[in-house]
Amino acid sequence: MSEQKAIISVIGVDRVGIIYNVSKLLAESNINILDISQTILKDIFTMIMIVDIKNSKNDFTNLKENLKSLGEALGVKIDIQKEDIFRAMHRL
Amino acid sequence: MGFAFEEIEETIRMVQSEKLDIRTITMGISLRDCSGDNANKIAEKIYDKITKRAENLVKVAEELESEFGIPIVNKRISVTPIAIVADNVGKDDFIKIASSLDKAAKNVGVNFIGGYSALVHKGFTDGDLNLINSIPQVLSETERVCSSVNVATTKAGINMDAVALMGKIIKDTAYRTKENDGIGAAKLVVFCNAPEDNPFMAGAFHGVGEGECVINVGVSGPGVVLAALSKLPKEADFGQISETIKKTSFKITRAGELIGRLAAQRLGTSFGILDLSLAPTPEIGDSIANILESMGLSKCGSHGTTAALALLNDAVKKGGVMASSYVGGLSGAFIPVSEDAGMIEAVEAGALSLEKLEAMTCVCSVGLDMIAIPGDTPYETISAIIADEMAIGMINKKTTAVRIIPAPGKKEGDHVEFGGLLGHAPVMKVNSFSPKDFINRGGRIPAPLHSLNN
Repeated sequence: MSEQKAIISVIGVDRVGIIYNVSKLLAESNINILDISQTILKDIFTMIMIVDIKNSKNDFTNLKENLKSLGEALGVKIDIQKEDIFRAMHRL
Repeated sequence: MGFAFEEIEETIRMVQSEKLDIRTITMGISLRDCSGDNANKIAEKIYDKITKRAENLVKVAEELESEFGIPIVNKRISVTPIAIVADNVGKDDFIKIASSLDKAAKNVGVNFIGGYSALVHKGFTDGDLNLINSIPQVLSETERVCSSVNVATTKAGINMDAVALMGKIIKDTAYRTKENDGIGAAKLVVFCNAPEDNPFMAGAFHGVGEGECVINVGVSGPGVVLAALSKLPKEADFGQISETIKKTSFKITRAGELIGRLAAQRLGTSFGILDLSLAPTPEIGDSIANILESMGLSKCGSHGTTAALALLNDAVKKGGVMASSYVGGLSGAFIPVSEDAGMIEAVEAGALSLEKLEAMTCVCSVGLDMIAIPGDTPYETISAIIADEMAIGMINKKTTAVRIIPAPGKKEGDHVEFGGLLGHAPVMKVNSFSPKDFINRGGRIPAPLHSLNN
């Protein structure tokens, strides 16, 4: 089976350790990061990661929950969505 | 192919701040194999079939919500018009069948089940009449059952006996639910040219031309359209407005189609249609009225509103048709009053009247929807409102509907509260001159000629 991509978005007030903590959680779940882009939009830290969840040790619902609680701990909002929705909306 | 940061950001923004959602996933289930002449048996078969077919509907919908991050607001069921399934049973038996639908809906966790319906555009069977006469009791005693009656089509004309009868039924239904501002009438729709694959309540039913079990999806997204339009410069012309709506509608539709197809696949059914409708919610920022106002009208209901709505409706369809090959249902913009914060405001400001709403329905998908009128409105007047709306649908070869609530004990200017998605509404003024003799004639208004169009 080929890659199974998902998109993680992190939005919130910038602080030390956001990327570190998100990456750590992903590494522990055996999730490979394919791409990261990060920007500060109107003082708001915005990071988007494209990840491959094919070999994830964590099922999708769990992963979503873990990311959500990590976000709460860091004071940011973390979401994960399967890539197909972006493909459907932006690609013919 | 990778995604640009802006594309990802746009989708996330649409969902998180512009209220993009899938308005409804509706499982259409055929109950034709449940018919018979014993009401208890029919009720039992119906319960078994629905609970089996829709067992995983809510679970699958919730999985999809979580995986794609797009909320699916309603999970619902529509069934074969019950008057067809139970044509053979007596009036008192219909309540058994309705409670079986209600129980099945509760069991599988859907908030509404549609199809307590009859199609009587050309005439009544005994079963049709029994069903219609049972509607007030059914809608006051069940919680989730929704009802619709098709009283006119372009090909058959308008069954004016049915129109007269529905005026009484609506009044009686509202009266029997008077503790809740007549909410029973909010679960009852009168149709002209009712679509067989409409996923939206209260008018959803699973038509006789449909398959065994299908998934129909209704997308929404007034907030997304409004946000896109508000980014246009003030001097943008109508061509640019239309183009912007088309592009937005395309994206909304693609999201809906993906969710619908996956839902059908996971539930082992087929994908039916995508209803390309903009459906508002009572939340601020999710309003059709506000979209119309963003085109430059100071208030929805002012002169120019019908033109703005026509543009909106057409652009939504053009964008959506490109995005999905299976488009059906009502497809257009819904203009309910109680469910749209901007419409409520427009009525309260005195900008929007019943007459203007009627005119707007000529260019839009549904009809007079979720409108509260004084509780003492005579039934003939309600019937006449229905007759006008049916005539618009019949002549213009389109679907029109009436969902009107004569709020018991309330007067013009009072307020009714339905809660949730049904929202709240100011009680609107109704023309007080009587159409009594007109309505009491009965018979059928013949089908129109369509070779000399005007």
